[in-house]
Amino acid sequence: MEYFLQQLINGLTLGSIYGLIAIGYTMVYGIIGMINFAHGDIFMVGSFIALATFLALVAIGISALPLILFITLLVSMLFTSAWGWTVERLAYRPLRGSFRLAPLITAIGMSIVLQNFVQITQGARVKPLPPQIQGGVTLIEGVTENGTIAVQLSYMQMIIIATTLALMIGFSLLISKTSLGRSQRACEQDQKMAALLGVNVDRTISLTFVMGAALAAVAGFMFLLLYGVIDFYIGFLAGVKAFTAAVLGGIGSLPGAMLGGLLIGLIEVFWSGYFSVEYKDVAAFSILVIVLIFMPSGLLGKPEVEKV
Amino acid sequence: MTTAPSTARMADSVKDAAIAALLVAVLGFFFLALRTDIGTGGLDLTTRWGLWFIAIAITFGVRLALNLFVFKAARPVTRGIKVTAPAGLTSFVGRFLGPFLLILALCLPFLLMALFPNRDRQFIDLAILIMTYVMLGWGLNIVVGLAGLLDLGYVAFYAVGAYSFALLAQYFEIGFWTAVPLAGLLAALWGIILGYPVLRLRGDYLAIVTLAFGEIIRVVLLNWYDFTGGPDGISGIPKPSFFGLDFSRTGGFAEFFGLDYDSIHRFIYLYYIILVLALITNFVTLRLRKLPIGRAWEALREDEIACRSLGINTTNTKLTAFSIGAMFAGFAGSFFATRQGFISPESFTFLESAIILAIVVLGGLGSQVGVVIASVVMIGGIEVLRNLGFLKEIFGPDFEPTQYRMLIFGLAMVLIMVWKPRGIISSRNPSAVYKERKKISSDMVAQGEGH
Amino acid sequence: METAMTTTSAHNWDHNVVLSVEHLTMRFGGLVAVNDLSFNVGRGDITALIGPNGAGKTTVFNCVTGFYKPTEGRIAMRHGAGLQADRIEALTRTGRQFDDDGDNRVFLLERMPDFEISKRAKVARTFQNIRLFGGMTALENLLVAQHNPLMIASSMTIGGILNLPGYRKARAEAIDFAAYWLEKTGLIDRADDPAADLPYGAQRRLEIARAMCIRPHLLCLDEPAAGLNPRESTELNELLQYIRRDHDTSILLIEHDMGVVMEISDHVVVLDYGQKIADGSAEDVKNDPKVISAYLGVDEDEVAAVEESIDMPVIHHAKKPSENGEGGQP
Repeated sequence: MEYFLQQLINGLTLGSIYGLIAIGYTMVYGIIGMINFAHGDIFMVGSFIALATFLALVAIGISALPLILFITLLVSMLFTSAWGWTVERLAYRPLRGSFRLAPLITAIGMSIVLQNFVQITQGARVKPLPPQIQGGVTLIEGVTENGTIAVQLSYMQMIIIATTLALMIGFSLLISKTSLGRSQRACEQDQKMAALLGVNVDRTISLTFVMGAALAAVAGFMFLLLYGVIDFYIGFLAGVKAFTAAVLGGIGSLPGAMLGGLLIGLIEVFWSGYFSVEYKDVAAFSILVIVLIFMPSGLLGKPEVEKV
Repeated sequence: MTTAPSTARMADSVKDAAIAALLVAVLGFFFLALRTDIGTGGLDLTTRWGLWFIAIAITFGVRLALNLFVFKAARPVTRGIKVTAPAGLTSFVGRFLGPFLLILALCLPFLLMALFPNRDRQFIDLAILIMTYVMLGWGLNIVVGLAGLLDLGYVAFYAVGAYSFALLAQYFEIGFWTAVPLAGLLAALWGIILGYPVLRLRGDYLAIVTLAFGEIIRVVLLNWYDFTGGPDGISGIPKPSFFGLDFSRTGGFAEFFGLDYDSIHRFIYLYYIILVLALITNFVTLRLRKLPIGRAWEALREDEIACRSLGINTTNTKLTAFSIGAMFAGFAGSFFATRQGFISPESFTFLESAIILAIVVLGGLGSQVGVVIASVVMIGGIEVLRNLGFLKEIFGPDFEPTQYRMLIFGLAMVLIMVWKPRGIISSRNPSAVYKERKKISSDMVAQGEGH
Repeated sequence: METAMTTTSAHNWDHNVVLSVEHLTMRFGGLVAVNDLSFNVGRGDITALIGPNGAGKTTVFNCVTGFYKPTEGRIAMRHGAGLQADRIEALTRTGRQFDDDGDNRVFLLERMPDFEISKRAKVARTFQNIRLFGGMTALENLLVAQHNPLMIASSMTIGGILNLPGYRKARAEAIDFAAYWLEKTGLIDRADDPAADLPYGAQRRLEIARAMCIRPHLLCLDEPAAGLNPRESTELNELLQYIRRDHDTSILLIEHDMGVVMEISDHVVVLDYGQKIADGSAEDVKNDPKVISAYLGVDEDEVAAVEESIDMPVIHHAKKPSENGEGGQP
């Protein structure tokens, strides 16, 4: 039971990170109907920017950890957004209204570019960052025949879950209450009509990418803090899993992306905890395949009626 | 525009170039100006201001020059640049390009031996590699180009083919020529097994599920240590024999035909094997296109609902496309295993699927010649970058051109797609003609579900 | 067309039935699109299914052609003559999809997947928003429609790859058959042009030609005259008459253009809110106050008053296309 609870907490933490990345996929898919394959690599870029900022702040002598974390978060969100904007501007906007496969190929191309750019400029070796936030609270202490097991909720995990929740609420409000959110939903429904009614479609789409990239940067920073190791290749697997999460939750739906992220995180952690670590990815992907076969529109997606 | 004063244009151009430079400054700050490295006491942060400034300056200069001399406008137009070849030239090229390429492919090893006597082995090896991708591209073209099914896990079937041969050779000592059809059949079988449950999914969902299958197969190969050797892979895969003759120093091919032993014989032999396999793929695909099954694939790509209203069993039709595509990947996989003599899950990553898909899309969906051109440009291009040793003399000894291979590959993918979203060869040949054969502009051709 | 009989029991569609829809109900969630609908399509007749927008006409089509699985009801298709009530009852009890008896087959369409309905029961259809294979030529479109016989002729592709003479012959015949229909629809000069390149009216005709290439017993047309100009509309009438007369094909059509409906239909079924409100010859139906009220969107007893006040009877003037049908829903 204690073991189960501990895994649950770990799964939710990992799931929050997947969820944050998944939002980027789901927003972009919702608005322009494309799989932004480079999004996982934007997440990777975000984690590298966070790492460099963190080190720079330490190097110039700021010692208050909360301040460092806060500035790092803001800087990485800001700069990663610029990357998200640029990718859209260079690789997707020229192909707006073109054929479906063209932006998919440029997305895969951008993904390759980003990975190799970071590899060349920052080196191929992994970057370890020692744990910065230590300690936590012990929730339950249980006794088993092998000794005591404690269910720990570390401060790190609390920060991740709390930040995710806050961002989730913030973004939901942004989408439902502001005029930007309204333009976004209008573009989702019908880009041409939205443009006729005075919505700046290009700007709205750019902002969608910027928002997605900012959230990916948060995820990248948290991944860095949680695991303490990043390299230029982390974007691929995280990206595929986050996309899986977005599809699982019902692509196009923000709460769905979050829910999907949490589920993928939980599946992965529980599978590793109870069965085998090696096959955790197989478990996540198998769930995806099964869900898609039996519930093609995901958990919270709108069911699609075939129009004849 | 033409009457606009040139000073205004100049000012706009400078402004635009400055914005571009600013963007590079922002984007590059954490990657060019700063670099993290593992130092003695953890991570070190080093600065490279020089590199950063150079990048900004180059961006400004190039952008300004482009604005002033190429785009001839304040704002560069990334869209609408059209290069149209005269119609006569296009039809001439269209008619003779295929046969020309075929003859070239048939003579290639001897041409290479005559032209580059010192580096023939290397070039023939490259030709083998390109031809492998041509074959994979042709195989995937059936699935993506004709049937319009977006498959991001094609490499899975390539892996199935390679591992089938490797394992059959390891456990049952089966030779290459027996293994090729078996590997193809096994891959086709896997195509049916994986395809059956998922082929009713819509375009993008199908893409992600096939990607997932590709990863699942790779992870299983990686972790099923007892059977597949895990990350160590399988080595000692037998080489193909020529009607029972090996390409060994004694008692083999060279001795039988009274030639001096030369290791290049084996390379040439391998080249012709893959050429024949690829040509079979091409022949079968071209034939299938003109048969009811191929026409049903294309109809499926155009409109699935209309297909069903005409009595076409869409599930079976998709399955045939999927499994025939998989079969050719299986053939290519077993060839890959015998050429390398060693395989491991490393060779079957998502990147391979992406490259094959890129070849198909860049070449022009459904176009067989397009696949050849795209393979030569993309795969050949990557390899050319390996040989740019002279750049070291310009940029100093630390400069490693091979590092930039994939970066340039990715950029090329983006640029070609933006330049020609429908691929290099973008017209469709009708599969049946009543009076006059007319090319169909790709603007009318659908690209499959969910577009 | 002299199909009007003196007594109702003598109507062709009562005793010589090709398709019978019995107690058909289709629900989408809580919405009842079609409610307990029954009607017959007579062999050799042109039957029109009309009604205001949203009355459930296309839903009926989708049920008949298998794109929707009806919630309840039976849809029986007959290749042989007569009602064959006993055979259909027997077939219903067995749970099978069809009863194969030489040329005299009967089918329960609600049990069959969509492509089987086209392939075996020989029910062809067109779509309200034309669904051609735009990137394929007109000829190719018609060859796709002959997929099943050609697959058999190519011995499931093997004989085709080897280019056996049997397949070559079948292929030539298929092209001839396609050319025949291109000729009939006036598209033979555009045979090698992509379908997406054809003008709208030609696309509509091509879709009908394509449907005819499956050699149907029943042809279902979803608003074939929509968007056609008067001349094209007249040509369409002639084409449909020709199909019915010379090809032993019964026609079921949805149409808003009352001119077309009244001119060519032998039998008209009127739907409103998913229910049948009238069923009879064109003459009977156009004088039915219930139909008029449905189209005008007023209560039955107000019809006379409203007609008088606007002085424009909706479907009394058979030749005049009615725009009022469009806005008929209250």
